Amino acid sequence: MNRSRLLMPAALALYAFLYAPIAVVIVFSFNAATHGAGWTGFTTAWYAKLFANEAALQAGKNTLWLALASTAIATVLGTLLGYGLSRYRFPGQRAFAQLLQVPVFIPDIVLAVALLLFFSTLREHLTFFAPGLLTMVLAHVTFQIPFVAIVVRARLAGLDPALEEAARDLGASAAQTFWRVTFPLLLPGVIAGAMLAFTLSLDDFVVSFFTSGPGSTTLPILIYSSVKRGLTPEINALSTLIVLASVLGTVTVLFFQRVRRGG
Amino acid sequence: MSRPPPAIPVAEVRFGERLSRRGQWLRAAWTSGPAVLWLTLFLLLPLAGIGVISFLSRGDDGELLRPFTTENYRRLAGFGLLGFDPLYPVILLRSLLLGAGTAAVCVLAALPLAFFIARLPGRWKNFALTLVVIPFWTNLLIRTYAWQILLAPESFLSVLARRLGLLAADGALYPGLFAVAVGMACDFLPFLVLPLYTSVEKLDWTLAEAAADLGANRWQVFRHALLPQIRPGLTAGLILVFLPATGQFVIPDLLGGAKTAMLGNVIQQQFGQSRDWPFGSALAVTALALVLAGLWVNARRAGNRAPEAWL
Repeated sequence: MNRSRLLMPAALALYAFLYAPIAVVIVFSFNAATHGAGWTGFTTAWYAKLFANEAALQAGKNTLWLALASTAIATVLGTLLGYGLSRYRFPGQRAFAQLLQVPVFIPDIVLAVALLLFFSTLREHLTFFAPGLLTMVLAHVTFQIPFVAIVVRARLAGLDPALEEAARDLGASAAQTFWRVTFPLLLPGVIAGAMLAFTLSLDDFVVSFFTSGPGSTTLPILIYSSVKRGLTPEINALSTLIVLASVLGTVTVLFFQRVRRGG
Repeated sequence: MSRPPPAIPVAEVRFGERLSRRGQWLRAAWTSGPAVLWLTLFLLLPLAGIGVISFLSRGDDGELLRPFTTENYRRLAGFGLLGFDPLYPVILLRSLLLGAGTAAVCVLAALPLAFFIARLPGRWKNFALTLVVIPFWTNLLIRTYAWQILLAPESFLSVLARRLGLLAADGALYPGLFAVAVGMACDFLPFLVLPLYTSVEKLDWTLAEAAADLGANRWQVFRHALLPQIRPGLTAGLILVFLPATGQFVIPDLLGGAKTAMLGNVIQQQFGQSRDWPFGSALAVTALALVLAGLWVNARRAGNRAPEAWL
């Protein structure tokens, strides 16, 4: 146990390291100073200013719309893929399962520039691919599908095949077995996958940046360009709200995972 | 010598269902089909696209020109039109070193944290893990630009470093290589803690006790009784950090200066100001090749299923 006592200071220092950036953003969002690192008093003025900022509100709307639309598509496609890959064989299935790892690991910027070139090439023939929320949805779904499929597959791998066999033996049809037995068991995995996809979309900056158009700025793009121009306290207020949302999101996801493990 | 019996086309029974081969394919088509189609269209095709474009050259207005050439890759390797120019090899090397350095620092930091969490009593364990997961889910941009504030010339840390003589009188911790390293370590630490924790939790401590009883010192116990057990988690985590860290774009962009440009930054440059898409594509293909090589090495090691292990 004395080793634990030695580990404690190291662990606390590491937690401080992980939380220092988050803390400083929250603290500075209430700092009256416009510039610099000094504390000059408490204010909530930056929040008021933020909520009056049309561009920020529009960016928030874009971010949510993009995340909801892409997550809906990716959850359906990813769940079907996760199910299909573990249940039915098709030529090239092995290679495809391997390929799923690629978007998980490639630097965002590689996918981002590949899609930028792809869309701009298509645009020469089809105006449909004008940079904007539509191309961004296409891009986000692309990196979300593998994550959803991986989570759903992992969930399926942990299911007892005897449950479905029993259902069929007792006379249930294929569809009945799927909707009454398989899908309810799969659901926690689907929800976890969807939440993961949703967060990935909300957080994404690089892929969005390269596939966005004039009217489709998202919150991460807004933060990036503000930071590039020079930080304003308003951005700290915006970031604080985003951090709060992430904390709530994380706790919800972990809650579902616990339910998953328990049930 | 008996011949093997002729193969009779028997339908397989799986999950309580008997499906003919045609049935299997049909089911595969409508389950996996849509996603396979999507990823072929929006992942494979674009990646193949940059592969092709990387062999073209750039016109005066940034347009793509034929004929096919290996010029972009030669330039990347340092053989430009004006003789040897180490600019890009240096950037490539810097990216690899920074990726490896980040992975190394994260291992050193993640080991004590993983052991600490694994040895906590039940309820505290979940809480401590949640505390690691929260930054993991918090926007990278926010956690990165925050270091601009924390390491700015007038910040407490910079002042302290100057007082201690670690910095010149007019020096600052940001911008520069130090800030990039700090930002990278902070961003990637959770990636290593999570898989490492999974391994540490499954540790068989009786081996450590046996080693200690047999006279091993603390280091020897760790090295010979514990390390071999956590190696799978360690390797998974290292790959999870090294590969994406090498191509990181946001952290060097926000925390570094011109002297800390990495592969990700030069790629962005080619698609921004420079508008040299073929050369940018060659750089992106190089980054992609690096990742594929890493994944291939990882896949060759038996029994490792990296992403599933921690998701």
